[in-house]
Amino acid sequence: MTVRSAEILRPPFPIAPNPLAKNSREEQAPSFVAEFPSTQLLVRGTRRLGMGDAVSYGWLLGPALLLVYWSLGSATGFIDGRILPAPWVAVTTGVDLIEQGRLQQHLLVSLLRAAQGIAFGTVAGVLVALLSGLSLLGGYIFDGIIQVKRAVPALALIPFFILWFGIGEVMKVTVVTLGVFIPIYIHTHNALRSIDIKHVELAETMGIRYSQFIRHVVLPGALPGFLLGLRFGVMGAWLGLVVVEQFNTTSGIGYMINLARNYAQADVMLVGLVLYAVFGLLSDRLVRSIESRSLTWRRTLAQ
Amino acid sequence: MSAPVVRIRGLVRRFTLKGVLNGVDLDIAPGEFVALLGRSGSGKSTLLRAIADLDHEAQGSGEIYVPQRLSVVFQDARLLPWKRLLDNVIFGLEAPDARERGRRALEEVGLAGREQSWPYELSGGEQQRVALARSLVREPELLLADEPFGALDALTRIKMHALVQRLSAIHNPAVLLVTHDVDEAIKLADRIVVLDDGAIVADIAADLPEDPIAHLERTAEIRALLLGHLGVREAEAVD
Repeated sequence: MTVRSAEILRPPFPIAPNPLAKNSREEQAPSFVAEFPSTQLLVRGTRRLGMGDAVSYGWLLGPALLLVYWSLGSATGFIDGRILPAPWVAVTTGVDLIEQGRLQQHLLVSLLRAAQGIAFGTVAGVLVALLSGLSLLGGYIFDGIIQVKRAVPALALIPFFILWFGIGEVMKVTVVTLGVFIPIYIHTHNALRSIDIKHVELAETMGIRYSQFIRHVVLPGALPGFLLGLRFGVMGAWLGLVVVEQFNTTSGIGYMINLARNYAQADVMLVGLVLYAVFGLLSDRLVRSIESRSLTWRRTLAQ
Repeated sequence: MSAPVVRIRGLVRRFTLKGVLNGVDLDIAPGEFVALLGRSGSGKSTLLRAIADLDHEAQGSGEIYVPQRLSVVFQDARLLPWKRLLDNVIFGLEAPDARERGRRALEEVGLAGREQSWPYELSGGEQQRVALARSLVREPELLLADEPFGALDALTRIKMHALVQRLSAIHNPAVLLVTHDVDEAIKLADRIVVLDDGAIVADIAADLPEDPIAHLERTAEIRALLLGHLGVREAEAVD
C-alpha cells in the first residue's frame, strides 16, 4: 500500500464535533486539535493519478541522456570508434563539411523535398479523408484504394515511380508526399468517423447549412485526430527522404550518406544520421506545440 | 383558442431503440407549457425525437406540424467543447447582432462575464444553463426539452426550475418538457400529458389555484391522478 506520510494518524470517531452539542464540545476542542495537528487531519492521502505540471524543455531529457551515454562510451573506449564514431567526431566532421559548402547544399535540397512532401501530403490527406470520411460512397471508393497503397511498401513502388515520373524531383517528392499522405488520411478519416453523434444531432436541430456543419462541428472535432496524423506524417516525410535519396540522386542528405558509404566514411554517414535525428525530433516538437496551442479546450491527463 | 403551434395526428413509430408510438394525437397551443410524463420505455423520448425530426431511421406514419423556429435542450448540455461559451450560445444563429444577443442570453441565465470560458470550466448545472441560453437566443416558437434536469443534483434542479419558469414567462415559447418526475411536471407545466406504451393515456390541466391551501389540495389531487396513470400506488409514492 502506498502512503504519502510515514505518520498517518486516523482520528477516532466522531471526526467532526457535533454542532448541536456545542457547549460541551468547546472545552474539548483544543485538546482535539493538539492531538491531531491540522496537517495530519486529512489522512486519506488521495493518490494523484494525473502527471503534475510540465517542465519546460523536459522533452530534451531522453535525447540528452542518450548523448551522455554515447559520449561516455566513446571517451572510455567502451564504444569502438570504428563501429560508431564519437559525438564530437560528428560535430567536427559537420563543421568541415560546412566549410566545404557541401553540407548546407545537401541539407537545403532535403529540406525542400521534405517541405514539399509535407505540404502536398497534408492537403491531399485532409481532402481525401473528408471525401472518404463524410460520405459513404466516398468511403467505398477511396478507403479500399488507400489500404491497397498501405500494403505496398514505398521501396517496392519506386521502380514504377521512376518509370512514370522519371528520375527527377517529381518522383522524389511523390514518394515523400505518399509517406505523409497515408498517416494523415488514416487518422483524419478515423477522427471524422468518430465525431460524436450527439454533436451531429445538435447541429441538425439548429437547422444549419452543411458548410457550417463542416466548419463548426466536423473540422474542430476531427482536429485532434488530424494533428496526430500530422505527427506521423512528418516522420513519414523523413523516412521517405531516406529511402528516395538512395536512388538516382546527386544531392540531399541521403545522397551524402550513400556516397560516404561507398568510401567507408563512417564520420560523414554519422553526420547524415544525426541530421535526420535532429530534424525529426524538432519537427515533432513543432507539431506538438501546434497541438497544445490549438487544443486548449481539452482537459487531458497531460494538462 | 388560437391555432396550435404543434399538431400531431396518428403518429406511429416502430422499431426504434427507445420505444414505440401507437398512434399519438397531440396539439400544443402557442406559449403553452406541456409536460410529457411517462415511465422508461413509454415512448416519450421517441415522441420528442419525432417532433424534432431527429429519428431518421425510424419507421412509421402520421402527421407532424411544427414551427420552423424550434430549439431542443437535451439531457446532457451538448456544448461543443472547442467553442467558448458565447460561441456555443450563438452557434448556428445567423443574425447581425448575434454576439450581442448571445451576451444577453448568457446574462439571462446568470452567466454574464463567462462569455470566454471553455465548457470544461463549468459545472453540470452551469453547462445546462448555457444550453438553455443557446436554445432561447433563437427565440423559438417551440422549445423541446428531453429530461433537461435529469442529470442535475436536487438543489441545482430547484434553481433550474425557477430559471425555466422565469425565462419561459419572458420568451413565452410553447414548451414540451419530457420528464419522469411527477412533481416537476406539476410545478412547471400548464398541462400534463401521460404517455404509456406509446399512447396518450391522460391529458390533465395543471391548473393550480392562487390560494395556498387550495393549491396544496389541487397539487395532491393531480399528483395522485398522475401516479395512478403511471402505475404507482400512493402508498409506494409516499414511501
